[in-house]
Amino acid sequence: MRRRARRHDVTGHALISATDWRRPSIRWGVGGAQAVLLVGLVVIGLGPLVWLAKSAITPTVDTITHPISLFPHGAAWSNLRDAWTRVNVGRYFWNTVVLAIGSWVSQIVVATTAGFALSVLRPKYAKLINALLLTTLFIPAVVLLVPLYIEIVRPPLIHHTFIDSYWAIWLPAGASAFNVVLVKRFFDNLPREIFEAARMDGAGPVRLFASVVLPMSKPILGVVSVFAVLASWKDFLWPLLVLTDPNRQPLSVRLPTIQSQTELGVFLAALFIASLVPIAGFFVFQRSFLRGTGLGGALKG
Amino acid sequence: MATVDPIDAHYTDSESAAVTGREYRQARRTPVTWVRGGGLATLLFLLPMLFVFGAFSWYPIVRTVIMTVQHTNLVSPATWVGLDNFRAVLHDPLLPIAVKNTAEFAGLALIFGYPIPLVAAVLMSEVRRRRGLYSVLAYLPVVIPPVVAVLLWKTFYNANPTGVFNTILGWIHLGPYPWLQSQSTALPSLVLESTWANAGGTVIIYLAALTGVNAELYEAASVDGASIWRKVWHITLPQLRGVLLLTMILQIIGTAQVFLEPYLFTSGGPANATLTVLLLIYNYAFGNSLGGDYGNATALSLMLAAFLAVFSLTYLRATRSWSAR
Repeated sequence: MRRRARRHDVTGHALISATDWRRPSIRWGVGGAQAVLLVGLVVIGLGPLVWLAKSAITPTVDTITHPISLFPHGAAWSNLRDAWTRVNVGRYFWNTVVLAIGSWVSQIVVATTAGFALSVLRPKYAKLINALLLTTLFIPAVVLLVPLYIEIVRPPLIHHTFIDSYWAIWLPAGASAFNVVLVKRFFDNLPREIFEAARMDGAGPVRLFASVVLPMSKPILGVVSVFAVLASWKDFLWPLLVLTDPNRQPLSVRLPTIQSQTELGVFLAALFIASLVPIAGFFVFQRSFLRGTGLGGALKG
Repeated sequence: MATVDPIDAHYTDSESAAVTGREYRQARRTPVTWVRGGGLATLLFLLPMLFVFGAFSWYPIVRTVIMTVQHTNLVSPATWVGLDNFRAVLHDPLLPIAVKNTAEFAGLALIFGYPIPLVAAVLMSEVRRRRGLYSVLAYLPVVIPPVVAVLLWKTFYNANPTGVFNTILGWIHLGPYPWLQSQSTALPSLVLESTWANAGGTVIIYLAALTGVNAELYEAASVDGASIWRKVWHITLPQLRGVLLLTMILQIIGTAQVFLEPYLFTSGGPANATLTVLLLIYNYAFGNSLGGDYGNATALSLMLAAFLAVFSLTYLRATRSWSAR
């Protein structure tokens, strides 16, 4: 009893104190509410995913007639195979991967170089650029949609359309003010003395960037990377507009069409495949997500 | 790399005098000293950002404003039409429907989605064992790609008695409900899915904010014999009010721009019951295969952005005194 109370003092936030916990009414009341919450979270958070996983390997007929039953007529692993090959999910999957990698590279390059210039090199006009960056944070994405689309169809100066080119996805992905601000703020908190020492030792800006600042920035680069890949995987409207060739489209754009063209079992298998990478990423990089580094940090600022 | 060498040289040259690049630059400014002082290198570092933001953020923002007073169809050259686009949008009989639906969506999303994450987060922050399990479960729906989530729920919402939700509700003798197929239940169905998909993110924000609540306040209240309810009401909520106000305005701004749910679930139907402002913008620009009405689309998106800006400023001003710590 005593040990448990002490551990609570260390980990809890003490809205409910150790003495409170000793009172039976609170133990049963709060403990009961927490148990109900856990059951609710399992049903709401995990339930739909478990159903999707189950239905991805259930014959279509069974899913339609008895959606909640557990394999009344055996499993249909063929759903997954059909989705991957016959419905071409394999190809769309790799399209999604290529789009995500390119968007990631573009975001990392833009955020780190700009963050370095604005935070470490600090030119006189840094204030102006900062202000221009921050204004874009307050402009809703919808305002950009139509002019950006027209820019891709009919780019100024160049007589070449970028419709169906992956550059139309990769390059605009880099224009994330959120990333630049996040990285810049991280660089702001690195110890200045190290930069000065490196300069004294004759390191130019490129050496300073590549050998001093970047190696110290792995945590923030990890966070930006995880969110960059996830955001690219989730993106729907923009790839829908600029990629018109089905063979070049990512999963998110193809899934609605797959739904209308294939039987339910194979379609659910495709949905299942499409959610595997983000879910796996979430479990591997749980901390980046749950510590709220991304969103929470930005909100507090 | 060629641009680096002179700068490297500069640093070693001036090492003895310990002159930093900045002081050096201020001494006398010519293009040569600018380059040697690192000005060019700085600009090269900024180049990717200036190009990407210039081309895909700043330029389109300016372009939007110009396009609202033009008639553009990508075939003939753009013509100046003054405020015609705004007039056309304001006279569109679909606009009031879209505004009403969007407001209803935002309102319902607040009712469904605002109190639940708060209650869940307060309970979760007092969990003594396996707190991580709670957060993982709560956040899981946020990780699922939105398109997958919507299409999965579209399957759940099957209006047949053998649909997933109708089967489950049938166990307690409810339904079958028409879900997406009825004008009265379609919009709430969309809000339900959207709440499921987004609530986890809000829970995580609240959990982070709860760790910032000063534990001494709780201890002092406990010494004074305050009940848990009184502590929640007089300490937890007041300490969270800044975050609570922020998540509310962020949620309103987000739901005012809802697109994916109405687009994928119902395409705005049945009978425009789920037509939102963003879907209307999309339909203006891309809904007609014969060519988009880009002027109307940009005019409406600019009006939406202006409304959200005015709304947020009013909101922040109205709640400023209250949110100050």
